[in-house]
Amino acid sequence: MCSLLRGEEMCLAQLFLQSGSAYDCINELGELGLVEFRDLNPGVNAFQRKHVNEIKKCEEMERILGKDILIFNIHMCYHHNYYCSYVHYHWVYVCVCSQEQLQRLEVELGEVTRNKEKLQRNLLELTEYTHMLRTTRNFVQRTSEVSYEEFPFLEKDTLMDYSSMQRLGAKLGFISGLIQRTKIEAFERMLWRVCKGYTILSYAEVEEYLEDPDTGEPTKSVVFLISYWGDQIGQKVKKICDCYHCHLYPYPSSNEERTDVVEGLRTRIQDLHTVLHRTDDYLKQVLMKASESVYTWVIQVKKMKAIYFILNLCSFDVTNKCLIAEVWCPVNDIPTLRRALEEGSRKSGATVPSFVNRIPTNDTPPTLIRTNKFTSGFQNIVDAYGVGNYREVNPAPFTIITFPFLFAVMFGDLGHGVIMALFALWMVLYENNRKLKNTRNEIWNTFFEGRYIILMMGLFSIYTGLIYNDCFSKSLNIFGSGWSVKAMFEAKVWKDADIRGNRVLTLDPNVTGVFRGPYPLGIDPIWNLASNRLTFLNSYKMKMSVILGVIHMSFGVILSTYNYLHFRKKHSLYLVFLPELLFLLCLFGYLVFMIFYKWLVFTAKDSRLAPSILIHFINMFLMQGDGVQPLYPGQTGLQVFLVVIAVLSVPVLLLGKPVYLYWLHNGSHRLGMYRGYERVRRNSEEELYLMRAHDMEEGSSHSDLSTSGERQTEEFDFADEFLHQAIHTIEYCLGCVSNTASYLRLWALSLAHAQLSEVLWTMVMRVGLRMDTSLGVFFLVPVFGLFAVLTVSILLVMEGLSAFLHALRLHWVEFQNKFYSGTGVKFCPFSFSLLPSSFEHDGLL
Amino acid sequence: MRGLICGPKLAACGIVLSTWGVIMLAMLGIFFTTHSAVLIEDVPFTDQDIHQDINPPQRIYALYNQVGYNCFIAAAFYILFGFFSCCQMKLNKRKVSSFFCVAFF
Repeated sequence: MCSLLRGEEMCLAQLFLQSGSAYDCINELGELGLVEFRDLNPGVNAFQRKHVNEIKKCEEMERILGKDILIFNIHMCYHHNYYCSYVHYHWVYVCVCSQEQLQRLEVELGEVTRNKEKLQRNLLELTEYTHMLRTTRNFVQRTSEVSYEEFPFLEKDTLMDYSSMQRLGAKLGFISGLIQRTKIEAFERMLWRVCKGYTILSYAEVEEYLEDPDTGEPTKSVVFLISYWGDQIGQKVKKICDCYHCHLYPYPSSNEERTDVVEGLRTRIQDLHTVLHRTDDYLKQVLMKASESVYTWVIQVKKMKAIYFILNLCSFDVTNKCLIAEVWCPVNDIPTLRRALEEGSRKSGATVPSFVNRIPTNDTPPTLIRTNKFTSGFQNIVDAYGVGNYREVNPAPFTIITFPFLFAVMFGDLGHGVIMALFALWMVLYENNRKLKNTRNEIWNTFFEGRYIILMMGLFSIYTGLIYNDCFSKSLNIFGSGWSVKAMFEAKVWKDADIRGNRVLTLDPNVTGVFRGPYPLGIDPIWNLASNRLTFLNSYKMKMSVILGVIHMSFGVILSTYNYLHFRKKHSLYLVFLPELLFLLCLFGYLVFMIFYKWLVFTAKDSRLAPSILIHFINMFLMQGDGVQPLYPGQTGLQVFLVVIAVLSVPVLLLGKPVYLYWLHNGSHRLGMYRGYERVRRNSEEELYLMRAHDMEEGSSHSDLSTSGERQTEEFDFADEFLHQAIHTIEYCLGCVSNTASYLRLWALSLAHAQLSEVLWTMVMRVGLRMDTSLGVFFLVPVFGLFAVLTVSILLVMEGLSAFLHALRLHWVEFQNKFYSGTGVKFCPFSFSLLPSSFEHDGLL
Repeated sequence: MRGLICGPKLAACGIVLSTWGVIMLAMLGIFFTTHSAVLIEDVPFTDQDIHQDINPPQRIYALYNQVGYNCFIAAAFYILFGFFSCCQMKLNKRKVSSFFCVAFF
């Protein structure tokens, strides 16, 4: 109960998990996010843990799947990557799950890809052949101009005819093919050296880049034609060609053969293109279907890795059959924990169930505060300063109201408040919109997480805007002003000549009818037209800041009583809380009293004689009451009394607690001896035990989870305690003064905001409104646009952030240092939904 | 898509700006035509208008009314601007949905 005020009660529990069902039980716990696991093997480093291999495998899979998703998202059309992803699917199949679907997919993909590769290779070879034929035709046509004596061409167009060659008794052979451009020179030299002029090599480069059938890379190739003479030379040439990895293609012996081959090649290439295209489409379809399940695989791998990590934290028991895990668990969730373990055992089909056992401990548990979507924002800004100690009072529920209120005091504009509230309302109404929730933009996420805070700030700003009567720097006259100018004329104080002769005139509220009573809600709108507006508002806002500050700080001091009572430190109540409160109230509470007194007692009639509160306050400390007229009878006496109380409370605060604790520890020994006498007399063990328990309680914190056992054996260090208390006293007393002054920032920022707003209106809007000319009316449109943009950027964003920061500082420092220590540890349950995903960081999910 | 000039974010800004403009300029127009005293500094009056008025304060009132009508005209313009932004937003939405259709087939 009271989780938001104080945090949940936590306990340490031991889980006994059967080896077979450990994985499933931890899976169940991960789904529920109930408990935080403690590391039972702190001395072991990451590489010596039991399940390190499984974790390595999981990380490998994550990496592969990450590449997969990248491939899908970006390179959908690239055939080579299809092959790579096929390989990766194989991996996943082996390691993750043996689903039938996956098996079938794997077989299918394998076949299709293999076929496709064969076809592609064919295509490349045919393309090369075509190029080769085209290029060699040019050779023949070129060389036909030169005639060799021994081998005269029979006709211009016919090529070497084998029959005619045989007639000549010489065997002229041709080898043609393609070779990489980088190798052609070496090839030529080798041919020359080996064959010594019995070969003729002609070559030409292919202009386009052709894809190499083996490696798939685009390379520059050279078409060559070797004419050789003799069989043995032919063998040598063939061997050399093999050496240089040439692609050899049969050389057509006649022109008709050549044209036939070219035709045949063209049709074949066309057919191959069609088939490849169809294969591509089919592969794309299959992989699209598979890609839908990639994301589930990613999640499964994530979960597996997390579970193995947790299994590494557990230790084996003596019999080596059972895993023991120590967890921090909220006391209210123990039944749920039991049910989860039963569920896990049932899923894994274990015969012996796993169970949970609560164990006592002296360690301080982590702090768990359950929040909903509304309170989580406020809890976050409190936690940003420091997570509370276990079962310490949580400032968050109070922050829900005080933070927007202090923001609004500094922001105080009706129009701006409306815009801010509408913006926050839009975010709240569309909070379930996926696009808004899952953007990658950090700044937007910060605003979105704080949408309820911004909504509260906007609503409170509307309220303070009404109080300050400020809407885009203009006042609203809702109820009718309480001041009347006509009454000055009716009372014959002013004449017409006065209007012409003077630039500024003062309305005198003492004249009848001029001041008809205070404005019902907020500041009277007439002040917007007054030239001494700031003088009036400054006085009002400064006093208001001090009042709010003293109330806020007193509230903080009072909250500390909750902690003292809960942790059974009643002595702190009398020795720390009481002097603190007296010091604060006697000095600054009295100042607040004087402010109210002056407001209520002194009217317009006494305004000439109204005393300055500041002078009275200073005189209070200097004990000089004679120079000025007292505010009320008995003032000097009361002030002396208050100062004396405040001054006396300082040594009590300084020495009270250390001395009391010293007396408690040393005095109790003496008392113990005295009680020992009594024991001899009474002879009752039980009474002695009860007395000792009572003693223990006096000097200790909450019995379940404190180090009370240690306290008893440990020596009470008076010097340490005294130093601690001295620092606390100095901090508190000086802090009272400086923190009260610090609250004056409420005045300063609201003044700055009002002035900025007024400057913006005067410099921007007024220029547009005062336009006289007939075209000037259209000037108002861009002027308003500029006014809107500047309002949002300067007044809403800049001033809003500034007021937010200062309100936050007032909470963190001035309010929380009165009662909050914030040195606790946050409860981080093991939950799958809280796992960081490396994919999210890379922007892939 | 014909007529698509700005993206979705710019169109949204346009809608917000024109809503604000319509509301605020309309209210300003109403306050000017009811001769609100707080807005006196925004009315382009001269010394002549105050001191040499035959029938005070009718000249000031006339000036007030003039500024009020200016505000109403500007508000009307912002209505048109809002309409334009709405159209742009609709075109953007249609473009996005057709893009999705293409991607699936």
